[in-house]
Amino acid sequence: MAASPGLPLSRDGDPVFPEPWAAEAFALTVHLHERGIFTWADWAETLSREVHRPGRAVDGSDYYECWVAALSDLLVRCGVADEAAIATLSASWQRAAEATPHGRPIELANDPQSTAV
Amino acid sequence: MSDHHHHDDHDHHHDNHYSDMQARVKALETLLTAKGLIDPAAIDAIVETYETKVGPRNGAQVVAKAWVDAEFRDWLTRDATAAIASLGFSGRQGEHMRAVFNAPDEHNLVVCTLCSCYPWSVLGLPPVWYKAPAYRSRAVMDPRGVLAEFGVTLPEDTRIRVWDSTAELRYLVVPERPAGTERLNEAALAALVTRDSMIGTGLALSPEALALQPEAAR
Repeated sequence: MAASPGLPLSRDGDPVFPEPWAAEAFALTVHLHERGIFTWADWAETLSREVHRPGRAVDGSDYYECWVAALSDLLVRCGVADEAAIATLSASWQRAAEATPHGRPIELANDPQSTAV
Repeated sequence: MSDHHHHDDHDHHHDNHYSDMQARVKALETLLTAKGLIDPAAIDAIVETYETKVGPRNGAQVVAKAWVDAEFRDWLTRDATAAIASLGFSGRQGEHMRAVFNAPDEHNLVVCTLCSCYPWSVLGLPPVWYKAPAYRSRAVMDPRGVLAEFGVTLPEDTRIRVWDSTAELRYLVVPERPAGTERLNEAALAALVTRDSMIGTGLALSPEALALQPEAAR
C-alpha cells in the first residue's frame, strides 16, 4: 500500500486524507486489491499515469482526484464498470443529495429521476 | 476543491450537496456493491482504521487555545465562526460554527451526521457509528444512556444538552480542561483533545491517559 506513487503520508507513515471521500476511495482500492480484482502493480502503474498526466497540480493537491480517476480507469479496463454507468450514477447521487432534506440520510432512491440501479 | 455546501443565494434551500468527487466515489461504491465485488462493511472498517487521519482536526487547537486564553474563549463564545477563522481554519464547507462549553454541571452532546452537515474540516472524520440513525434518535431520547455506553458516566445532577446541527450551523463541544494540566502548553494540551470529546461522546484525555494510548489511535 505504501507503494502507491506519491501517496501523502503522516510523520508516522500513515496515509493522510484531505477529505472523507478520499479515505473512501483509498479503502475501496485496498479492498478491491485484497479481493484480487487487480494486482497492486497494475494499480500503481495506473495511478502513476494519472499523477503524471499533463495539467495535474504541481503541488500534488489533486492527488486524490488522480486516485479516483485511476481507480475508475482500472475498473473499466478490468471490465467491472463502464465510464457511462459511472457518470450516470454520479449524476444520480448528486441529484439525490440535493433532494435530501437536512437530517435525513442521503440515499440514491432520493434522486427524483431515480429509475433504480 | 470540495464544496459540500453552497450557501450562496442561488440554492440555499438545498441542505445537501455532493461535490463531483464525492458523487463519483459513491457511484463506484454503488456499482461495485451491486456487482457483489465489495463488502460495504469492510470498506467502513478500512476507513475507520484511518478516521483520525482524515481532515486537519483543527478543533483540538481551538479547544486548547480556549483553555489557555480567556480572551479567545470569550470570542469563541460570542462568535465561534470568526474566532475559529482567526486561527486560519475557515470552514471549507462555509459552515457557521457555534461553540458549546462543558462545565461541571453541564455536558454537551452533538448529534446528526446523517446528511453532509458534519464539520469534518474542524473535527476530523465522524466515527462510523455516529452516522447510524439509531444513534441520533437514542442520543435525543436517552443521552445519559448513550454516554454511559461510551464509558462517560456523569454525575446525576449534571445537565446534558443535546445539540442537533442544522444545515447552517454546526457545533463544536469545548470539553473541560483536565486536572493536572496547568504546566502544559497549547500544543501539549491539543493532544489531549480527542475527536470524541469535541462531539461530546468523550471527555478530554488526562496526560496519563494519553501516555497509555497507542500511537496509532491518536
